Amino acid sequence: MTTTAEAPAKKRSLPWFLEFYNSNVGRKWVMAISGIVGLGFVFFHMFGNLHLYEEPARFDEYAEGLRDFGEPIFSRTLILWIARFGLLAAFAVHVHAGFTLWWKNRKAKPVGYERQQFVEATFASRYMLITGVIVLAFIVYHLAHLTWGLEFLNPSFTRGEARENLIEGLESPITAGWYVVANLALGLHILHGAWSLFQSLGVTHPRFNRWRRNFAVGLTAVIVAGNVSFPIAISTGLVGS
Amino acid sequence: MNLTLKVWRQDGPAAAGRFVMYDATDISPDMSFLEMLDAVNEQLISEGQLPIEFDHDCREGICGTCSLMIDGIPHGPQLSTATCQLHMRKFADGDTITIEPWRAAGFPIVRDLVVDRSAFDRIIEAGGFISVATGSAPDANLMPVPQAAAEAAMDAAACIGCGACVAACPNGAAQLFTAAKVSHLNLLPQGQPERLMRTVNMVDTMEEYFGSCTNIGECTTACPKDISLDFIALMNRDYVRGKVKQRRLTGQRA
Repeated sequence: MTTTAEAPAKKRSLPWFLEFYNSNVGRKWVMAISGIVGLGFVFFHMFGNLHLYEEPARFDEYAEGLRDFGEPIFSRTLILWIARFGLLAAFAVHVHAGFTLWWKNRKAKPVGYERQQFVEATFASRYMLITGVIVLAFIVYHLAHLTWGLEFLNPSFTRGEARENLIEGLESPITAGWYVVANLALGLHILHGAWSLFQSLGVTHPRFNRWRRNFAVGLTAVIVAGNVSFPIAISTGLVGS
Repeated sequence: MNLTLKVWRQDGPAAAGRFVMYDATDISPDMSFLEMLDAVNEQLISEGQLPIEFDHDCREGICGTCSLMIDGIPHGPQLSTATCQLHMRKFADGDTITIEPWRAAGFPIVRDLVVDRSAFDRIIEAGGFISVATGSAPDANLMPVPQAAAEAAMDAAACIGCGACVAACPNGAAQLFTAAKVSHLNLLPQGQPERLMRTVNMVDTMEEYFGSCTNIGECTTACPKDISLDFIALMNRDYVRGKVKQRRLTGQRA
């Protein structure tokens, strides 16, 4: 009886990008890139909303400007929708990578210590998942509140009246308070994330490394200061209709 | 000086462990931490009890065998040294010291404070070889190495593989160890031909045992050799390059 040597099992390889995403280092790289997309969005979202402090008509002009961006070459709202789907994709990937890595890490450290003193870790760096979940919940709420204008969240919502909707939506101190809390969570998330992304992407240079921290701190300060100012200005009546 | 020790005792890999309190009496402040444990063990043996198992070898901070979580910090409260270089004068008379084994899924407990760190050996094995001519020693400076690269490679090569980075990491990640081992070859000309393959293979092997890096930086403060977090960034960069590079162009197997 003859036996034939078994052919070596051919390792079925995934498309290269999925294989890359399956590694933790690759997944962190994807988190960094999608995080940069998110950082760009929150920065320009805050920057655009500064039109709130100009004469009332300017804010609605800005909102309309987002819809007809790229006209007449692109039809109305086309660029806006492309941006929305791009953001949604980056966001979905970021959340998926974040949760799956967290789950893997939990399994890699199943038993903790009776006593552990953290020396270098910060609140922001240790609780990225928690601040991230708060931001996630806030984004869903924020869309329902001021983009979709769901009846039970925002009864006075009128489609197209961006400034009115914003001001009426944030008049209640409770809603304004939730906006402030969520933006502080966003700030903690950015404080670590905007530094951590350089490490994940492998961007390191002795001459620039201290600017990586400074960049994260500066960006956090600008974004949080701008975003927190809106609900405070509106709920205290500094900006009104 | 007299101390109280709160020590993790575990009879075997599958056994349930527990903390046991021991009195360490008449301890000289000039003893190293391991000598203090030796004194406690002598006492336990004379009482007919099983001694506390802990790893140790050179006792001069170069072998990377000692591995204790002391009061919540790997290798104890004195930073940049291994447990064997920690002396009892760093503690005060009457202190209670909590001593735990390294905790990570990649480091299963063998007994008491001893963990199995052979996952590190698997990572090193995955690194393979470097293409250098063997035989008689080459002439000095035959292969020019930039001084900065030589220094950085030496910084990475200082890693003694103790596992304090994994022990400190809340994610049980071994990024700092692997980054050091990858970098000390990747920074030198001798390490270039297999550079990207080595990085990919070592990282992939690392990920079979350990968690992922969230750039918290706890590893680098726990490290007795002060390995820099920068090496992790360098490793990440080479890993991504290793995944996307068309290796046939560099004469390597695809």
